[in-house]
Amino acid sequence: MNFPTMIPGQVAPPSPRRRARGRGWLLHLGLVIGLILIVTPFVWMILGSFKTTAELRQVPPTWLPEEPTLDNYREMFDRLDFARFFFNSALVATAVTIGNLVFCSMLGYALAKLRFPGKRPLFLVVLMTMMVPGLVTFMPLFVLVANLGLVNTYPGLALPFMAQAFGVFLMRQYILGIPDELIHAARIDGAGEHYIFWRIVLPLTGPALATLAILMFLGSWNNFLWPLVVATSEDMYTLPVAIALFSTGEHDQNLGLLMAGSAAALLPVLVVFVVLQRFFTQGIATTGIK
Amino acid sequence: MIASLYRRAGRLPGSRPARAGQRHEGLVGWSFALPFMVFFTVFMAGPIVAALVTSFTDLRVTDIRDPLNVNLVGVDNYLDVLRSNVFHKAATNTVIFVLVGIPLTMALGLLAAVGLNSGIVKFRTVFRVGYYTPVVTSIAAVAVVWRMLLGAEVGLINGILSGFGITGPRWLTDPSLALGSLIVMAAWRNLGFLMIIFLAGLQAIPRHLYEAAEVDGAGRWHQFWKVTLPMLRPTMLFAAVITGIGYLQFFEEPFVMTQGGPLNSTLSVAYHAYNQFSFGNYGYTAAVAYLLFVAIALLTLFWFKLFRPNT
Repeated sequence: MNFPTMIPGQVAPPSPRRRARGRGWLLHLGLVIGLILIVTPFVWMILGSFKTTAELRQVPPTWLPEEPTLDNYREMFDRLDFARFFFNSALVATAVTIGNLVFCSMLGYALAKLRFPGKRPLFLVVLMTMMVPGLVTFMPLFVLVANLGLVNTYPGLALPFMAQAFGVFLMRQYILGIPDELIHAARIDGAGEHYIFWRIVLPLTGPALATLAILMFLGSWNNFLWPLVVATSEDMYTLPVAIALFSTGEHDQNLGLLMAGSAAALLPVLVVFVVLQRFFTQGIATTGIK
Repeated sequence: MIASLYRRAGRLPGSRPARAGQRHEGLVGWSFALPFMVFFTVFMAGPIVAALVTSFTDLRVTDIRDPLNVNLVGVDNYLDVLRSNVFHKAATNTVIFVLVGIPLTMALGLLAAVGLNSGIVKFRTVFRVGYYTPVVTSIAAVAVVWRMLLGAEVGLINGILSGFGITGPRWLTDPSLALGSLIVMAAWRNLGFLMIIFLAGLQAIPRHLYEAAEVDGAGRWHQFWKVTLPMLRPTMLFAAVITGIGYLQFFEEPFVMTQGGPLNSTLSVAYHAYNQFSFGNYGYTAAVAYLLFVAIALLTLFWFKLFRPNT
């Protein structure tokens, strides 16, 4: 391994370096083009939410709003009960998130650190359900929720998603990395099992909990098919349901309003994502590779 | 090491009666598992079994208050599904979507990951966040924009094309183009997810393999084929399995963009099942769902064979 190119600080032969610089330039160009293609729809939507519907219908389309207006956003809160949709989405997503944080971390801990009969088959069954298409459970869930009288209620929207297999997998993988010595030491000191979990193990799982919380909140926030079927009256609509129904219903000609509604639904998600993006990528990477 | 000593110590006679201790630990374990398992049984395992049973019955929406009082019809639902022309159309569309969509999305995700992984890239976080953005956004909101992007008269793409004097095609209302448009949209939505997975996989490849290849005189291109791709096999497997599960259930894009049209050209298997669900044919819906489940299992099996580690 004593080749000149591998010694830090050593001057590399000039020709490969110039080639590398040329390649770097091309690489950046390609990446920037890709970025533009991917981000353009969002940029165009946010710009479009400040345009009048007349301008949105203009051919050829404009980029920057010619007469920027906030009317779309005003109308969104005046004519549609947008605050209500927002509240519904947030409430359901919060319930789903809390449920998964508690249930998944408890089971994840049991699977990672405790011995109990039936542990392996239980883990396998939970894992295997990750492969079952949502479509399989969709119809029986609806029959169940209907018979429990929960159609068009918050529990009907949230309960079916409060214990998800993915979360168990994530928490188990993370808790496996916590040293056993810690738990045994606490046990020898006379700590109860639940004290050990809530006071010693759980505080150490911060990053995993953060990842799980973000993924579950977003999953619920963006969940579409289930609330579309279960929320039957307008006061129970979540944001995606409201947008989908209005964009194909009576308001489908009001492009400005639709752009504003979509932008308002996306913006909180985008902000949360950009601020916490490290947790997304870490969580996905750990579950994917281990 | 220390852990195993502790564990052994727990079994030593005199510390605690061994069997009582085990029973105690078993109870503790189950007390932690119970809350999840209650929800899981009611809302996941139960419905999975219920759907299987339903697929052999004539359950309809009118039986919803009394779902146990139905007739067994054997495999009639499955035969109905397999004989249905609409199902054939939906299955063909889904196969096309999977065959084109998965390689396309994986190739784009890998391309982005390889690009970002080379040490010389600046503003890496900006690219990573930008490429991943579509993954976190709601399909309903995204659909509004994409319908306007792809609109025939006032769409952005055709608007740009008309600037060059080209009359753009009807992306969503031409039966020969609609499915293709949705494939591109799905690739746009999912490539960021695969990029993250591939990035993690690329970073796990030991550097010395590249150094050894370089010593042997292998160029960049050669290194990619002989080192990167073989070492990425486990990552590829994971990416293909996840994408396959998602793409076989292709539903949201046609639902919000084309309603399965024009002329059923974007109707998918999952969409067909959803339609039958809304018509109230629950037994038929369950049969389609289980056929899809089998397809997912077979595709997953295929990926495991394809990306079997080289030994």
